[in-house]
Amino acid sequence: MGVKGEVAKLRGRGIAAICYPTGMNLGGDPSQTVIVAQPDGTFVVNVASVELGQGLRTVLAQIAAEAIGASVEDVEVRFGDTQLAPHDTGTFASRTTHRMGNAIIKAGQEVRQILLDVASKILEVSPQDLEIRNGKIWVRGVPDKSLTVREVASQAQFVYNTPVVGKGHYVKPKSLVDPDTGESDPHSTMAHGCVVADVEVDTETGEVTVLQLVTVYEVGRAINPKLVEGQIIGGAVMGLGAALRETVYPRYPQLTHQTTSFREYVLPTAGDVPKIIYKIVESPTQTGPYGAKGVGEMVANGIAPAIVNAIYDAIGVQITELPITPEKVLKALREKH
Amino acid sequence: MRIRFKLDGQDVEVDVKHTDTLLKVLKDKIGVGSVNFGCGEGSCGACMVLINGRLRYSCLTLAGYVDGKEVTTVAGLARDGELSEIQKAFLENDAAQCGYCTPGMILTAKVLLEKNPTPSDEELFDALAGNLCRCTGYIPIINAIKSVAKR
Repeated sequence: MGVKGEVAKLRGRGIAAICYPTGMNLGGDPSQTVIVAQPDGTFVVNVASVELGQGLRTVLAQIAAEAIGASVEDVEVRFGDTQLAPHDTGTFASRTTHRMGNAIIKAGQEVRQILLDVASKILEVSPQDLEIRNGKIWVRGVPDKSLTVREVASQAQFVYNTPVVGKGHYVKPKSLVDPDTGESDPHSTMAHGCVVADVEVDTETGEVTVLQLVTVYEVGRAINPKLVEGQIIGGAVMGLGAALRETVYPRYPQLTHQTTSFREYVLPTAGDVPKIIYKIVESPTQTGPYGAKGVGEMVANGIAPAIVNAIYDAIGVQITELPITPEKVLKALREKH
Repeated sequence: MRIRFKLDGQDVEVDVKHTDTLLKVLKDKIGVGSVNFGCGEGSCGACMVLINGRLRYSCLTLAGYVDGKEVTTVAGLARDGELSEIQKAFLENDAAQCGYCTPGMILTAKVLLEKNPTPSDEELFDALAGNLCRCTGYIPIINAIKSVAKR
Protein backbone atom coordinates (compact mmCIF):
# COMPACT_ATOMS: atom_id res chain seq x y z
CA MET A 1 0.00 0.00 0.00
CA GLY A 2 1.06 3.48 -0.73
CA VAL A 3 3.53 2.06 -3.18
CA LYS A 4 3.49 3.69 -6.58
CA GLY A 5 1.38 1.74 -9.02
CA GLU A 6 -0.82 0.09 -6.41
CA VAL A 7 -4.51 0.92 -6.17
CA ALA A 8 -4.94 3.25 -3.21
CA LYS A 9 -8.74 3.24 -3.08
CA LEU A 10 -10.54 -0.07 -2.93
CA ARG A 11 -14.25 -0.62 -3.12
CA GLY A 12 -16.32 -3.32 -1.47
CA ARG A 13 -19.87 -4.39 -0.80
CA GLY A 14 -21.15 -5.92 2.43
CA ILE A 15 -24.43 -7.38 3.55
CA ALA A 16 -25.99 -7.72 7.00
CA ALA A 17 -29.34 -9.22 7.89
CA ILE A 18 -31.19 -8.71 11.14
CA CYS A 19 -34.03 -10.33 13.06
CA TYR A 20 -35.19 -8.08 15.84
CA PRO A 21 -37.63 -8.89 18.64
CA THR A 22 -40.17 -6.25 19.63
CA GLY A 23 -40.23 -5.32 23.30
CA MET A 24 -38.92 -7.05 26.38
CA ASN A 25 -40.49 -10.41 26.77
CA LEU A 26 -40.92 -13.17 29.35
CA GLY A 27 -43.95 -11.54 30.97
CA GLY A 28 -42.27 -8.50 32.45
CA ASP A 29 -43.35 -5.84 30.03
CA PRO A 30 -46.88 -4.50 30.63
CA SER A 31 -48.43 -1.42 29.04
CA GLN A 32 -51.69 0.13 30.18
CA THR A 33 -53.79 3.08 29.05
CA VAL A 34 -57.00 4.95 29.72
CA ILE A 35 -58.98 6.75 27.03
CA VAL A 36 -61.30 9.47 28.32
CA ALA A 37 -63.91 11.34 26.26
CA GLN A 38 -63.93 15.10 26.70
CA PRO A 39 -67.12 17.17 27.06
CA ASP A 40 -66.93 18.15 23.37
CA GLY A 41 -66.84 14.50 22.34
CA THR A 42 -63.16 14.36 21.47
CA PHE A 43 -60.89 11.79 23.11
CA VAL A 44 -57.75 11.95 25.18
CA VAL A 45 -55.52 8.87 25.26
CA ASN A 46 -53.44 8.91 28.44
CA VAL A 47 -50.16 7.05 28.18
CA ALA A 48 -47.02 6.98 30.27
CA SER A 49 -44.99 6.29 27.12
CA VAL A 50 -42.89 9.15 25.80
CA GLU A 51 -42.87 10.89 22.45
CA LEU A 52 -39.22 11.50 21.67
CA GLY A 53 -39.42 12.13 17.96
CA GLN A 54 -40.29 8.63 16.85
CA GLY A 55 -43.87 9.69 16.10
CA LEU A 56 -45.73 7.96 18.90
CA ARG A 57 -48.20 10.83 19.30
CA THR A 58 -49.36 10.31 15.73
CA VAL A 59 -49.21 6.52 15.57
CA LEU A 60 -51.06 5.96 18.86
CA ALA A 61 -53.72 8.49 17.82
CA GLN A 62 -54.20 6.60 14.56
CA ILE A 63 -54.56 3.30 16.44
CA ALA A 64 -57.00 4.81 18.96
CA ALA A 65 -59.11 6.41 16.20
CA GLU A 66 -59.29 3.12 14.34
CA ALA A 67 -60.26 1.15 17.46
CA ILE A 68 -62.89 3.66 18.59
CA GLY A 69 -64.24 4.51 15.17
CA ALA A 70 -63.41 8.17 15.73
CA SER A 71 -61.77 10.67 13.38
CA VAL A 72 -58.04 10.82 13.99
CA GLU A 73 -58.18 14.61 14.41
CA ASP A 74 -60.55 14.09 17.38
CA VAL A 75 -57.96 12.03 19.27
CA GLU A 76 -55.19 13.55 21.34
CA VAL A 77 -52.45 11.43 22.89
CA ARG A 78 -51.20 12.85 26.18
CA PHE A 79 -47.93 11.69 27.65
CA GLY A 80 -45.10 12.82 29.81
CA ASP A 81 -46.64 12.51 33.27
CA THR A 82 -46.65 9.06 34.83
CA GLN A 83 -48.99 10.26 37.59
CA LEU A 84 -51.75 10.99 35.08
CA ALA A 85 -51.56 7.77 33.11
CA PRO A 86 -51.63 4.10 34.10
CA HIS A 87 -48.48 2.05 34.17
CA ASP A 88 -46.22 1.60 31.17
CA THR A 89 -42.91 -0.22 31.44
CA GLY A 90 -41.22 2.42 29.34
CA THR A 91 -40.35 3.74 25.91
CA PHE A 92 -37.54 1.43 24.85
CA ALA A 93 -36.92 -1.92 23.15
CA SER A 94 -38.84 -0.78 20.04
CA ARG A 95 -41.92 -1.63 22.05
CA THR A 96 -44.31 1.29 22.23
CA THR A 97 -46.24 0.99 18.96
CA HIS A 98 -46.69 -2.72 19.61
CA ARG A 99 -47.29 -2.86 23.36
CA MET A 100 -49.12 0.42 23.91
CA GLY A 101 -50.85 0.05 20.56
CA ASN A 102 -52.35 -3.25 21.72
CA ALA A 103 -53.42 -1.69 25.02
CA ILE A 104 -55.04 1.21 23.16
CA ILE A 105 -56.98 -1.14 20.89
CA LYS A 106 -58.53 -2.76 23.97
CA ALA A 107 -59.33 0.62 25.53
CA GLY A 108 -60.69 1.89 22.22
CA GLN A 109 -62.95 -1.12 21.87
CA GLU A 110 -64.42 -0.38 25.32
CA VAL A 111 -65.09 3.20 24.25
CA ARG A 112 -66.60 1.99 20.97
CA GLN A 113 -69.02 -0.28 22.85
CA ILE A 114 -70.12 2.58 25.11
CA LEU A 115 -70.70 4.78 22.07
CA LEU A 116 -72.71 2.08 20.33
CA ASP A 117 -74.84 1.52 23.45
CA VAL A 118 -75.60 5.23 23.77
CA ALA A 119 -76.24 5.62 20.05
CA SER A 120 -78.66 2.71 20.20
CA LYS A 121 -80.67 4.63 22.81
CA ILE A 122 -80.65 7.80 20.70
CA LEU A 123 -81.63 5.97 17.52
CA GLU A 124 -83.85 3.41 19.26
CA VAL A 125 -82.24 0.44 17.58
CA SER A 126 -80.18 -2.47 18.84
CA PRO A 127 -76.42 -1.79 19.19
CA GLN A 128 -75.79 -4.83 16.94
CA ASP A 129 -77.47 -2.98 14.07
CA LEU A 130 -75.08 -0.04 14.24
CA GLU A 131 -71.86 0.67 12.40
CA ILE A 132 -69.18 3.08 13.57
CA ARG A 133 -66.23 4.31 11.54
CA ASN A 134 -64.26 7.50 10.82
CA GLY A 135 -66.21 9.62 13.28
CA LYS A 136 -69.69 8.53 12.24
CA ILE A 137 -72.31 6.09 13.62
CA TRP A 138 -75.18 4.84 11.50
CA VAL A 139 -77.79 2.09 11.30
CA ARG A 140 -76.41 -0.61 9.03
CA GLY A 141 -77.68 0.01 5.51
CA VAL A 142 -78.76 3.60 6.24
CA PRO A 143 -75.47 5.52 6.08
CA ASP A 144 -77.11 8.84 5.15
CA LYS A 145 -78.84 9.05 8.56
CA SER A 146 -75.69 9.10 10.67
CA LEU A 147 -74.74 10.61 14.02
CA THR A 148 -71.27 11.91 14.64
CA VAL A 149 -69.10 10.12 17.18
CA ARG A 150 -68.51 13.49 18.80
CA GLU A 151 -72.19 14.20 19.44
CA VAL A 152 -72.76 10.68 20.76
CA ALA A 153 -69.75 10.91 23.07
CA SER A 154 -70.94 14.30 24.26
CA GLN A 155 -74.58 13.25 24.77
CA ALA A 156 -73.43 10.13 26.63
CA GLN A 157 -72.00 12.39 29.30
CA PHE A 158 -74.60 15.15 29.43
CA VAL A 159 -77.86 13.35 28.61
CA TYR A 160 -77.29 9.72 29.54
CA ASN A 161 -74.92 10.27 32.49
CA THR A 162 -72.53 7.69 31.09
CA PRO A 163 -68.80 8.14 31.52
CA VAL A 164 -67.09 7.45 28.19
CA VAL A 165 -63.92 5.84 29.44
CA GLY A 166 -62.02 2.85 28.12
CA LYS A 167 -59.13 1.08 29.74
CA GLY A 168 -56.77 -1.34 28.11
CA HIS A 169 -53.67 -3.33 28.90
CA TYR A 170 -51.27 -5.63 27.16
CA VAL A 171 -48.48 -7.91 28.25
CA LYS A 172 -46.74 -10.70 26.44
CA PRO A 173 -47.50 -13.70 28.66
CA LYS A 174 -44.55 -15.45 30.22
CA SER A 175 -43.47 -18.54 28.37
CA LEU A 176 -41.55 -21.23 30.24
CA VAL A 177 -39.16 -23.61 28.54
CA ASP A 178 -40.61 -27.07 28.00
CA PRO A 179 -38.25 -29.35 29.98
CA ASP A 180 -38.59 -32.18 27.45
CA THR A 181 -38.30 -30.37 24.15
CA GLY A 182 -36.60 -27.14 25.15
CA GLU A 183 -39.30 -25.24 23.30
CA SER A 184 -40.59 -21.89 24.44
CA ASP A 185 -42.33 -18.85 22.99
CA PRO A 186 -39.87 -16.21 24.10
CA HIS A 187 -40.87 -13.23 21.98
CA SER A 188 -44.09 -11.60 20.87
CA THR A 189 -42.96 -10.87 17.34
CA MET A 190 -39.84 -10.53 15.21
CA ALA A 191 -39.16 -7.77 12.70
CA HIS A 192 -36.62 -8.33 9.94
CA GLY A 193 -34.24 -6.32 7.85
CA CYS A 194 -31.34 -6.38 5.48
CA VAL A 195 -28.68 -3.80 4.71
CA VAL A 196 -26.29 -3.66 1.77
CA ALA A 197 -23.42 -1.20 2.15
CA ASP A 198 -21.05 -0.02 -0.57
CA VAL A 199 -17.81 1.48 0.71
CA GLU A 200 -14.55 2.87 -0.55
CA VAL A 201 -11.43 2.37 1.56
CA ASP A 202 -8.43 4.62 1.10
CA THR A 203 -5.53 2.29 1.82
CA GLU A 204 -3.11 5.17 2.21
CA THR A 205 -5.07 7.13 4.82
CA GLY A 206 -7.26 4.35 6.20
CA GLU A 207 -10.34 6.46 5.67
CA VAL A 208 -13.61 4.66 4.91
CA THR A 209 -16.27 6.37 2.81
CA VAL A 210 -19.72 4.85 2.69
CA LEU A 211 -20.99 5.38 -0.83
CA GLN A 212 -24.46 3.95 -0.52
CA LEU A 213 -26.72 2.12 1.91
CA VAL A 214 -29.54 0.00 0.55
CA THR A 215 -31.92 -1.13 3.26
CA VAL A 216 -35.10 -3.15 3.38
CA TYR A 217 -37.17 -3.68 6.52
CA GLU A 218 -40.11 -5.93 7.25
CA VAL A 219 -42.11 -4.04 9.85
CA GLY A 220 -45.34 -6.00 10.16
CA ARG A 221 -47.59 -3.15 9.19
CA ALA A 222 -46.40 0.41 8.74
CA ILE A 223 -49.12 2.22 10.69
CA ASN A 224 -47.67 5.48 9.37
CA PRO A 225 -45.29 4.83 6.44
CA LYS A 226 -43.92 8.39 6.48
CA LEU A 227 -42.85 8.01 10.11
CA VAL A 228 -41.33 4.60 9.40
CA GLU A 229 -39.30 6.20 6.59
CA GLY A 230 -38.09 8.82 9.06
CA GLN A 231 -37.00 6.10 11.46
CA ILE A 232 -35.19 4.23 8.68
CA ILE A 233 -33.17 7.21 7.43
CA GLY A 234 -32.39 8.44 10.93
CA GLY A 235 -31.40 4.95 12.05
CA ALA A 236 -29.14 4.50 9.04
CA VAL A 237 -27.20 7.65 9.84
CA MET A 238 -27.02 6.76 13.52
CA GLY A 239 -25.64 3.35 12.51
CA LEU A 240 -23.16 5.06 10.20
CA GLY A 241 -21.92 7.20 13.07
CA ALA A 242 -21.56 4.16 15.31
CA ALA A 243 -19.67 2.32 12.56
CA LEU A 244 -17.13 4.98 11.68
CA ARG A 245 -16.95 7.74 14.26
CA GLU A 246 -18.67 7.62 17.59
CA THR A 247 -16.99 6.35 20.71
CA VAL A 248 -16.78 7.23 24.39
CA TYR A 249 -13.37 5.57 24.64
CA PRO A 250 -10.61 5.79 25.71
CA ARG A 251 -11.68 5.55 29.32
CA TYR A 252 -8.12 4.78 30.36
CA PRO A 253 -5.97 5.52 32.15
CA GLN A 254 -8.77 7.43 33.84
CA LEU A 255 -12.48 7.89 33.21
CA THR A 256 -11.80 11.57 32.61
CA HIS A 257 -10.10 10.61 29.35
CA GLN A 258 -13.39 9.61 27.77
CA THR A 259 -14.90 11.85 25.14
CA THR A 260 -16.86 14.62 26.78
CA SER A 261 -17.99 16.85 23.93
CA PHE A 262 -19.17 16.79 20.34
CA ARG A 263 -15.67 17.87 19.30
CA GLU A 264 -14.38 14.45 20.35
CA TYR A 265 -17.54 12.39 20.09
CA VAL A 266 -18.03 12.99 16.40
CA LEU A 267 -21.58 12.67 15.08
CA PRO A 268 -22.17 12.55 11.36
CA THR A 269 -23.19 15.93 9.94
CA ALA A 270 -25.26 16.72 6.86
CA GLY A 271 -22.35 16.25 4.46
CA ASP A 272 -21.47 12.77 5.77
CA VAL A 273 -24.72 11.16 4.72
CA PRO A 274 -24.45 8.70 1.82
CA LYS A 275 -27.17 7.89 -0.64
CA ILE A 276 -29.75 5.84 1.27
CA ILE A 277 -32.22 3.64 -0.57
CA TYR A 278 -34.93 2.00 1.50
CA LYS A 279 -37.93 -0.20 1.10
CA ILE A 280 -40.62 -1.15 3.60
CA VAL A 281 -42.05 -4.65 3.45
CA GLU A 282 -45.28 -5.41 5.30
CA SER A 283 -46.08 -8.81 6.73
CA PRO A 284 -48.61 -8.17 9.51
CA THR A 285 -48.05 -10.04 12.76
CA GLN A 286 -51.02 -11.52 14.59
CA THR A 287 -49.80 -10.19 17.91
CA GLY A 288 -49.37 -6.60 16.72
CA PRO A 289 -51.80 -3.68 16.68
CA TYR A 290 -53.20 -4.00 13.14
CA GLY A 291 -50.12 -6.13 12.47
CA ALA A 292 -47.41 -3.63 13.46
CA LYS A 293 -43.98 -4.59 14.79
CA GLY A 294 -41.26 -2.48 16.39
CA VAL A 295 -39.00 -0.50 14.05
CA GLY A 296 -36.93 1.91 16.14
CA GLU A 297 -33.73 0.07 16.97
CA MET A 298 -33.49 -2.45 14.17
CA VAL A 299 -32.94 0.30 11.61
CA ALA A 300 -29.70 1.38 13.32
CA ASN A 301 -28.36 -2.05 14.18
CA GLY A 302 -27.68 -3.58 10.78
CA ILE A 303 -25.66 -0.69 9.40
CA ALA A 304 -22.31 -1.23 11.14
CA PRO A 305 -22.13 -4.99 10.38
CA ALA A 306 -22.86 -4.30 6.70
CA ILE A 307 -20.10 -1.67 6.62
CA VAL A 308 -17.67 -4.03 8.37
CA ASN A 309 -18.41 -6.68 5.77
CA ALA A 310 -18.03 -4.20 2.92
CA ILE A 311 -14.60 -3.22 4.26
CA TYR A 312 -13.70 -6.91 4.42
CA ASP A 313 -14.78 -7.23 0.80
CA ALA A 314 -12.65 -4.23 -0.13
CA ILE A 315 -9.39 -4.95 1.72
CA GLY A 316 -9.69 -8.53 2.95
CA VAL A 317 -9.47 -7.64 6.62
CA GLN A 318 -12.29 -8.05 9.13
CA ILE A 319 -12.35 -5.18 11.61
CA THR A 320 -13.83 -6.42 14.86
CA GLU A 321 -14.08 -3.26 16.93
CA LEU A 322 -16.15 -0.13 16.40
CA PRO A 323 -15.77 2.61 15.43
CA ILE A 324 -13.73 1.76 12.35
CA THR A 325 -11.26 4.60 12.54
CA PRO A 326 -8.55 5.18 9.89
CA GLU A 327 -5.97 4.02 12.48
CA LYS A 328 -7.68 0.66 12.86
CA VAL A 329 -7.91 0.19 9.10
CA LEU A 330 -4.22 1.01 8.59
CA LYS A 331 -3.21 -1.25 11.48
CA ALA A 332 -5.29 -4.10 10.09
CA LEU A 333 -3.77 -3.62 6.64
CA ARG A 334 -0.26 -3.66 8.08
CA GLU A 335 -0.94 -6.87 10.01
CA LYS A 336 -2.31 -8.48 6.87
CA HIS A 337 0.83 -7.72 4.84
CA MET B 1 -27.37 44.82 35.21
CA ARG B 2 -30.45 45.76 33.25
CA ILE B 3 -30.46 45.20 29.51
CA ARG B 4 -32.96 46.17 26.81
CA PHE B 5 -33.20 44.51 23.44
CA LYS B 6 -35.68 43.55 20.75
CA LEU B 7 -36.74 39.93 20.90
CA ASP B 8 -38.62 38.82 17.78
CA GLY B 9 -39.75 42.40 17.27
CA GLN B 10 -40.88 43.00 20.87
CA ASP B 11 -39.05 45.27 23.30
CA VAL B 12 -37.84 43.38 26.35
CA GLU B 13 -36.06 44.54 29.46
CA VAL B 14 -34.47 42.10 31.85
CA ASP B 15 -32.06 41.97 34.77
CA VAL B 16 -29.04 39.80 34.06
CA LYS B 17 -25.77 38.90 35.70
CA HIS B 18 -22.57 39.79 33.88
CA THR B 19 -21.85 36.09 33.51
CA ASP B 20 -25.29 35.04 32.22
CA THR B 21 -25.33 33.63 28.73
CA LEU B 22 -27.97 34.78 26.29
CA LEU B 23 -29.25 31.18 26.18
CA LYS B 24 -29.83 31.15 29.92
CA VAL B 25 -31.60 34.50 29.86
CA LEU B 26 -33.81 33.61 26.90
CA LYS B 27 -34.71 30.21 28.26
CA ASP B 28 -34.87 30.63 32.02
CA LYS B 29 -35.67 34.31 32.53
CA ILE B 30 -37.86 35.10 29.51
CA GLY B 31 -39.21 31.60 28.86
CA VAL B 32 -38.38 31.28 25.16
CA GLY B 33 -39.20 27.73 24.13
CA SER B 34 -37.30 27.46 20.86
CA VAL B 35 -33.71 27.88 22.04
CA ASN B 36 -32.29 24.63 23.31
CA PHE B 37 -29.31 23.73 25.44
CA GLY B 38 -27.38 21.01 23.65
CA CYS B 39 -23.68 21.17 24.42
CA GLY B 40 -23.05 24.59 25.93
CA GLU B 41 -19.88 25.05 23.89
CA GLY B 42 -20.95 25.92 20.37
CA SER B 43 -20.69 22.43 18.91
CA CYS B 44 -24.28 21.45 18.20
CA GLY B 45 -26.31 24.48 17.06
CA ALA B 46 -29.43 23.77 19.14
CA CYS B 47 -29.22 27.21 20.80
CA MET B 48 -28.82 29.29 17.66
CA VAL B 49 -30.40 32.73 17.33
CA LEU B 50 -29.92 35.70 15.03
CA ILE B 51 -28.32 38.77 16.57
CA ASN B 52 -28.82 41.76 14.27
CA GLY B 53 -29.42 39.24 11.52
CA ARG B 54 -26.22 37.26 12.11
CA LEU B 55 -26.24 33.64 13.17
CA ARG B 56 -24.91 33.17 16.71
CA TYR B 57 -24.67 30.46 19.35
CA SER B 58 -26.66 31.87 22.27
CA CYS B 59 -24.78 29.51 24.63
CA LEU B 60 -21.52 31.29 23.80
CA THR B 61 -22.95 34.82 23.83
CA LEU B 62 -23.08 36.83 27.02
CA ALA B 63 -26.50 38.34 27.58
CA GLY B 64 -25.02 41.80 28.09
CA TYR B 65 -23.77 41.74 24.50
CA VAL B 66 -27.31 41.99 23.07
CA ASP B 67 -28.15 45.19 24.96
CA GLY B 68 -29.64 47.51 22.33
CA LYS B 69 -29.55 44.81 19.63
CA GLU B 70 -32.16 42.73 17.83
CA VAL B 71 -32.45 39.06 18.70
CA THR B 72 -34.50 36.78 16.44
CA THR B 73 -35.46 33.23 17.35
CA VAL B 74 -37.13 30.78 15.00
CA ALA B 75 -40.48 31.97 16.38
CA GLY B 76 -39.70 35.43 15.02
CA LEU B 77 -39.63 34.16 11.44
CA ALA B 78 -43.42 33.76 11.35
CA ARG B 79 -45.43 36.80 10.28
CA ASP B 80 -48.99 37.36 11.57
CA GLY B 81 -49.32 33.72 12.51
CA GLU B 82 -48.13 32.55 9.09
CA LEU B 83 -45.00 30.44 8.97
CA SER B 84 -42.14 31.56 6.75
CA GLU B 85 -41.33 29.67 3.58
CA ILE B 86 -38.43 27.75 5.11
CA GLN B 87 -40.51 26.77 8.15
CA LYS B 88 -43.27 25.46 5.87
CA ALA B 89 -40.69 23.53 3.86
CA PHE B 90 -39.48 21.80 7.03
CA LEU B 91 -43.06 20.77 7.80
CA GLU B 92 -43.74 19.57 4.26
CA ASN B 93 -40.57 17.49 4.16
CA ASP B 94 -40.98 15.91 7.62
CA ALA B 95 -37.67 17.52 8.53
CA ALA B 96 -38.20 17.33 12.30
CA GLN B 97 -38.50 14.34 14.58
CA CYS B 98 -37.77 15.27 18.18
CA GLY B 99 -37.41 18.91 17.11
CA TYR B 100 -34.47 19.76 19.35
CA CYS B 101 -32.17 20.78 16.49
CA THR B 102 -34.94 22.25 14.32
CA PRO B 103 -34.80 25.93 15.39
CA GLY B 104 -31.06 26.07 14.73
CA MET B 105 -31.41 24.20 11.45
CA ILE B 106 -34.11 26.59 10.22
CA LEU B 107 -32.17 29.72 11.22
CA THR B 108 -29.02 28.36 9.59
CA ALA B 109 -30.96 27.59 6.42
CA LYS B 110 -32.52 31.05 6.41
CA VAL B 111 -29.17 32.80 6.69
CA LEU B 112 -27.63 30.56 4.04
CA LEU B 113 -30.43 31.13 1.53
CA GLU B 114 -30.39 34.89 2.10
CA LYS B 115 -26.71 34.98 1.21
CA ASN B 116 -26.85 32.29 -1.43
CA PRO B 117 -30.31 31.45 -2.79
CA THR B 118 -29.07 28.49 -4.85
CA PRO B 119 -26.38 26.76 -2.79
CA SER B 120 -24.46 23.79 -4.14
CA ASP B 121 -24.47 20.58 -2.10
CA GLU B 122 -21.01 21.46 -0.83
CA GLU B 123 -22.13 24.93 0.28
CA LEU B 124 -25.22 23.49 1.91
CA PHE B 125 -23.22 20.86 3.82
CA ASP B 126 -20.70 23.48 4.94
CA ALA B 127 -23.47 25.71 6.23
CA LEU B 128 -25.08 22.85 8.15
CA ALA B 129 -21.81 21.51 9.58
CA GLY B 130 -22.41 23.36 12.86
CA ASN B 131 -25.85 21.86 13.41
CA LEU B 132 -26.08 18.32 14.73
CA CYS B 133 -29.15 16.13 14.39
CA ARG B 134 -29.57 12.70 15.94
CA CYS B 135 -33.00 11.70 14.59
CA THR B 136 -33.61 12.64 10.99
CA GLY B 137 -30.44 11.50 9.28
CA TYR B 138 -30.33 15.00 7.74
CA ILE B 139 -31.85 13.92 4.42
CA PRO B 140 -35.32 15.41 5.08
CA ILE B 141 -33.64 18.63 6.29
CA ILE B 142 -31.51 18.84 3.15
CA ASN B 143 -34.61 18.16 1.04
CA ALA B 144 -36.50 20.94 2.83
CA ILE B 145 -33.77 23.50 2.23
CA LYS B 146 -33.34 22.45 -1.40
CA SER B 147 -37.08 22.76 -1.97
CA VAL B 148 -36.91 26.42 -0.96
CA ALA B 149 -33.71 27.01 -2.93
CA LYS B 150 -35.42 25.73 -6.07
CA ARG B 151 -38.44 28.05 -5.85
